[in-house]
Amino acid sequence: MNGAAFIFIAIFTLAAALAAAALGKLIHAALSFAAASVGVAAFYFLLGAEFVGLVQVFVYVGAVAVLIVFTILLTRRDLEKDHGFNWSGVFIALAVFAGLVWAILKSAKLSSAAQPLASLTVKQIGEALMTDYVWPLQCIGVILTAALVGALVLVMEERR
Amino acid sequence: MTPTLQLFLILSSALFCIGLLAALSRRHAVFILIGIEMMLAAAGLNFIAFWRFGPQPAPPTGVMITIFAIGIAAAEAAVGLALVIAVYRHLRTTNIDEIDELKG
Repeated sequence: MNGAAFIFIAIFTLAAALAAAALGKLIHAALSFAAASVGVAAFYFLLGAEFVGLVQVFVYVGAVAVLIVFTILLTRRDLEKDHGFNWSGVFIALAVFAGLVWAILKSAKLSSAAQPLASLTVKQIGEALMTDYVWPLQCIGVILTAALVGALVLVMEERR
Repeated sequence: MTPTLQLFLILSSALFCIGLLAALSRRHAVFILIGIEMMLAAAGLNFIAFWRFGPQPAPPTGVMITIFAIGIAAAEAAVGLALVIAVYRHLRTTNIDEIDELKG
């Protein structure tokens, strides 16, 4: 695994995520969120899970970011107003981060380097999805169908 | 320098905390959804890191959980954004401080 690539992707991802959390203009924040998703997908590629990286790009950049932009455009009249910023959230997030880093650094056995990767092909993933993981796959299908029907019902115009 | 599991865990906890920051401190409902999506992505990154740094060849458990988590995240985003639009139609605002009644 390449250290320079790790540092580059880490800086890119964290900068994009910070921009998504802190930028004032909502549409800029949504685009920064798409950039941060691309960074996370790059991490998946770096870790040898190419299929998951592709799924991440398709779902997050292709679907979720577009949905967010659509929502921003549909609720446009609200954009001009200043929504304010809650500073106590910064302290809570910093405290959680400090706690997590303390726990990670205290744990032994986490500093081992990766062993050479036994390649994981899409064929293997498909076979696992159709054999060991067939019930979770069906449940995800039901959940996605229910969620999309529910979303449609929620945004449908009421008839009086 | 070769990145270790520790570095990946610290990075994903940083991503998680940025998502937490967005979810806690912004007043706009869409920002909160962006923060939740970022927290879910950080959790998926953790699963992939543990899968990669475990003994090889590993069964693809971490990969499977991440794929399912991405599917759940897509469903959650669809329902959440639909809720934002529905609330906006009713109350003409997306500021969560002004949405303080359950009456339709």
